[in-house]
Amino acid sequence: MNLNWNYIYESLPLYGEAMWLTVKLAFWAILFSLIVGLVASILQHYQVKGVQTVITAYIELSRNTPLLVQLFFLYYGLPKIGIYMSEMSCAIVGLTFLGGSYMAEAFRSGIEAVPRGQIESGLSIGLSRLQLARHVVMPQAFAISIPSLGANAIFLLKETSVVGAISLMDLTNLTRDLIGMFYRTEESLLLLVAAYLVLILPLSFLLSWLERKVRYAEFGD
Amino acid sequence: MARSAEILLEIKQLVKNYGERNVLDDINLEVRQGEVTVILGPSGCGKSTLLRCLNGLESVQGGTILYRGQNLTDPGTDWREVRQHIGMVFQSYDLFPHLTVIDNILLGPLKVQRREKQEALQQAEQLLERVGLLDRKNSYPRELSGGQKQRIAIVRALCMNPDIMLFDEVTASLDPEMVREVLDVIRGLADQGMTMLIVTHEMGFAKSVGNRIVFIDQGKISEIAAPEQFFTKPQSERAQHFLDIFQYDH
Repeated sequence: MNLNWNYIYESLPLYGEAMWLTVKLAFWAILFSLIVGLVASILQHYQVKGVQTVITAYIELSRNTPLLVQLFFLYYGLPKIGIYMSEMSCAIVGLTFLGGSYMAEAFRSGIEAVPRGQIESGLSIGLSRLQLARHVVMPQAFAISIPSLGANAIFLLKETSVVGAISLMDLTNLTRDLIGMFYRTEESLLLLVAAYLVLILPLSFLLSWLERKVRYAEFGD
Repeated sequence: MARSAEILLEIKQLVKNYGERNVLDDINLEVRQGEVTVILGPSGCGKSTLLRCLNGLESVQGGTILYRGQNLTDPGTDWREVRQHIGMVFQSYDLFPHLTVIDNILLGPLKVQRREKQEALQQAEQLLERVGLLDRKNSYPRELSGGQKQRIAIVRALCMNPDIMLFDEVTASLDPEMVREVLDVIRGLADQGMTMLIVTHEMGFAKSVGNRIVFIDQGKISEIAAPEQFFTKPQSERAQHFLDIFQYDH
């Protein structure tokens, strides 16, 4: 295979820009997903009446529809009822809608993995429900959830690759465009894979480091 | 035991059901200040459930539990308040794994009772000293043996300054050589006049520490007797049978 290194070199600034867009999207999507997930899992765990049905419906809808369809709905559907959002907002809302339910499920499994005895011994020293969550359940649930939260973060970063559907120039969309214009398929795909690896590998290492650190602080193993 | 001591707990016609199953049936029991009541009975007889009802961890379907005259079966009961006076220690210790020994002990006094940090710390250290674990105050539960964890769990409950302590098979998951160190702590509490309800399978301990034995069978109290009497000539056939099994084992 004969790679045109000059082409690769000249494309680098474009890939740099697209990477920056992917990073911004992923950052906000992960952050908001964590918030949505945390709130949803707590509301669901404490079985707040009424809210619980809404959350179950949200989780099912979010997990059982493709992100692409969710984005189409936000970008092409909502303007029909007078709600306009920029491409960037649509992408962040869409990714958060998707990621929130995955994060909620990760938090939920962490909360449920905290042994019943922990809750009872917390109650037996007179802690309120809120204090129990704050001092006993959540610190342990969070440590248990970290591996799946991390997997979801990486999943969301990879899912940013569909935002080209609403005309955002992310890494995947850029590559598709460049291939269409210059027919440098090998070079462009190589750059694409390299760019995702440059983003995801450090994130992945960071997450396993965090996992070890938190697990040790919480459980010492 | 002076029968004139104040009655702390008065359980009347207590009924507890799990669905159709009747777990506690017409339980009547009085507990006086300073009294050590040991509850014996075969597995599944309801003895642990009875303790859990006294700590608000189980709902009850009938009867009343009076603590210093306050009815705990009232749905409006402020269990957070009551639990500060009725401490409980569990079979599986249930220390908080993410907190050090001292933080485990201080969580209740600081967050629930909102006491002064210095004063609570001083008491916690005194209690740790008493159970011989002051040097482990900055350890995490994972670094302790089962017997040490259980002693810490006892200190955690004691640091709330309860009137009554409930012990639910606290030595049942310990290796034999660690049982003694935990029982010694409980014996020390008895000597100091702590009011206690103890569910256990340690017959020798029951005999020497208990002021009286309550024998529960199939959810009913079938016998309340002084230890000497219970262990030498129990009144009911079931109690005799129960003791025979333990004799056989040891």
